[in-house]
Amino acid sequence: MENPSFGMFIAVFEEMFGPVLFWLMVTVAAAVTAVYLYVLIRDRAVSWRKFLLAQLSMPVGALAAVVFVWWVTNSGLGDVGGPVDVIVLLGVPALGAVGMAVFVYTVQSLIRGASQDDG
Amino acid sequence: MSTDKIMASRRAFLGAMATGGAAAALPMAAPAGAQQVATSASIVILGAGAAGAALANRLSARLDGATITIIDPRQRHLYQPGFTLIAAGLKPASYSVSTTAEWLPSGVRWIEQGAAGIDPESQTVITDGGETVDYDYLILATGLELHYEGIEGMSRDVIGQNGIGSFYAGPDEAAATWREMDRFTETGGRALFTRPATEMKCAGAPLKYTFLTDHYLREKGSRSRSEVIYAAHSNSLFGVPIVHEKLRMLYDDRGFDTVYNHVMTAIDPGAKVATFDTPDGPVEIGFDFTNVIPPMRAPAVIRESGLAWEDRWVGQGWAEVDPYSLRHRRYPNVFAAGDVAGVPKGKTAASVKWQVPVVEDQLVAQIAGDTTDRSYNGYTSCPMITRVGRAMLIEFDYNDNLTPSFPGIIAPLEELWVSWLIKDIALKPTYYAMLRGRA
Ligand SMILES: Cc1cc2nc3c(=O)[nH]c(=O)nc-3n(C[C@H](O)[C@H](O)[C@H](O)COP(=O)(O)OP(=O)(O)OC[C@H]3O[C@@H](n4cnc5c(N)ncnc54)[C@H](O)[C@@H]3O)c2cc1C
Repeated sequence: MENPSFGMFIAVFEEMFGPVLFWLMVTVAAAVTAVYLYVLIRDRAVSWRKFLLAQLSMPVGALAAVVFVWWVTNSGLGDVGGPVDVIVLLGVPALGAVGMAVFVYTVQSLIRGASQDDG
Repeated sequence: MSTDKIMASRRAFLGAMATGGAAAALPMAAPAGAQQVATSASIVILGAGAAGAALANRLSARLDGATITIIDPRQRHLYQPGFTLIAAGLKPASYSVSTTAEWLPSGVRWIEQGAAGIDPESQTVITDGGETVDYDYLILATGLELHYEGIEGMSRDVIGQNGIGSFYAGPDEAAATWREMDRFTETGGRALFTRPATEMKCAGAPLKYTFLTDHYLREKGSRSRSEVIYAAHSNSLFGVPIVHEKLRMLYDDRGFDTVYNHVMTAIDPGAKVATFDTPDGPVEIGFDFTNVIPPMRAPAVIRESGLAWEDRWVGQGWAEVDPYSLRHRRYPNVFAAGDVAGVPKGKTAASVKWQVPVVEDQLVAQIAGDTTDRSYNGYTSCPMITRVGRAMLIEFDYNDNLTPSFPGIIAPLEELWVSWLIKDIALKPTYYAMLRGRA
């Protein structure tokens, strides 16, 4: 197989979601990341209370990610057939959890602001 | 872990899972966009399906000043690999349907008629609307013809009644096949699966559909009351020996009754009986549900053009091209890509994916007065669904070698969830990116 180029990945994702939705999702992801970095810089510290809530949200994100993938692809736990399946099945909730945590942390920081921070 | 890294890894993960995965089944070839060549050549493409649309896009990007004409009467573009999922009740008929117009680049002239005749000596194509189109270079990309009349008693009209399905016929027929299969699997009975003795597109599809029907019989608790018969046309299940052996084991495991050297010649829809040609003479097999896959051949315009093989695949009329360069063996300004090409392997969209850049490079080099050693190795891929939720990602070449895209990661002969994910979510967008000449 010839090495897929970055342009091809973009092309496939544009066809998968439609160019508008795809770039909207990229923009939202980039915006959340930017805001997360912004609140970190603004507060100059990780807020442990916010971090706690973010951590508590992780299982929700993990579960949601797995259920979403199973639902979209008409499959389930019983379809795991080999080691690579296990790796992917662990990877999906890991990403869901981390994504959720970042999102929750950022939203809290925006709503509560730095003032209520416990340090 | 910084957010940047998180985002990067999320993207990398999705990319690896979806696109990288699809790359296995519809592998990525070098993108169009290599240096442009100036020319006033007139290029005619017959057929705006997978191969024709992809070549129209790639050639219009590569050639500066060429006149590119594409001839195809069909308004609808059909993503045919989706038919299997439609016939398994997993997608609606609309899943496979788009328009021809949306895939064609603006600089290309589309004649919405069928090609009725080709004269390779005078380098002209005549359409069924009576238009004569001259060409300097001709690309045959008409796909193939489903020859239902080759089975006595069979026609498109009987699909969707009396337990008869045929999901090759189109998206609506695939949906009708699902209705029959859904009904059958409620009660159980005898399911009969076949494939034709001719070359066919996606030779794995009849095997997949046997697995899918078995899946629903088991899910609905009617498997114990049922018989699943697979009638192979030759003495093997699949042309690649190692794949045949794996499938033979899986078929045994699932309790299918396989009969070999059975070629369907007739069907009696009322009596629900199919007749097979076998080495021991005609054999009749009754069914409660069957999926008929008709004999296949090149469209008449190719068979009758003088461009078809005469001594190979007799009666099927595939274009006589060199298997590596895809250039016609007698008319060097004629190429073929896709199902109509008379090559020993590769009537799949995955093969189209690899053939298209070869035809592009060969043609562009020829126009530039140059040569290239870019060649097609027979690559074909077949995501062999073994039940809803699992598949085997089988890839191979002219030499019957397995050519796994992810050796050591995605095992080709293992039933995997990951391979199912690839088929289910990544193949269609990869196919569409290919049509645009971007993958
Ligand atoms: C049920 C099913 C399942 C499949 N599963 C898979 C799979 O899992 N993976 C995979 O890779 N492939 C699969 N395929 C195969 C894949 O769809 C085809 O190999 C691919 O579409 C071939 O592309 P093509 O351009 O040669 O032909 P097509 O895409 O069929 O296009 C041919 C075009 O030529 C036009 N045409 C025909 N006659 C004329 C004429 N006389 N004049 C002008 N135009 C004409 C037609 O209208 C059509 O638009 C499957 C196919 C089917 C039917």
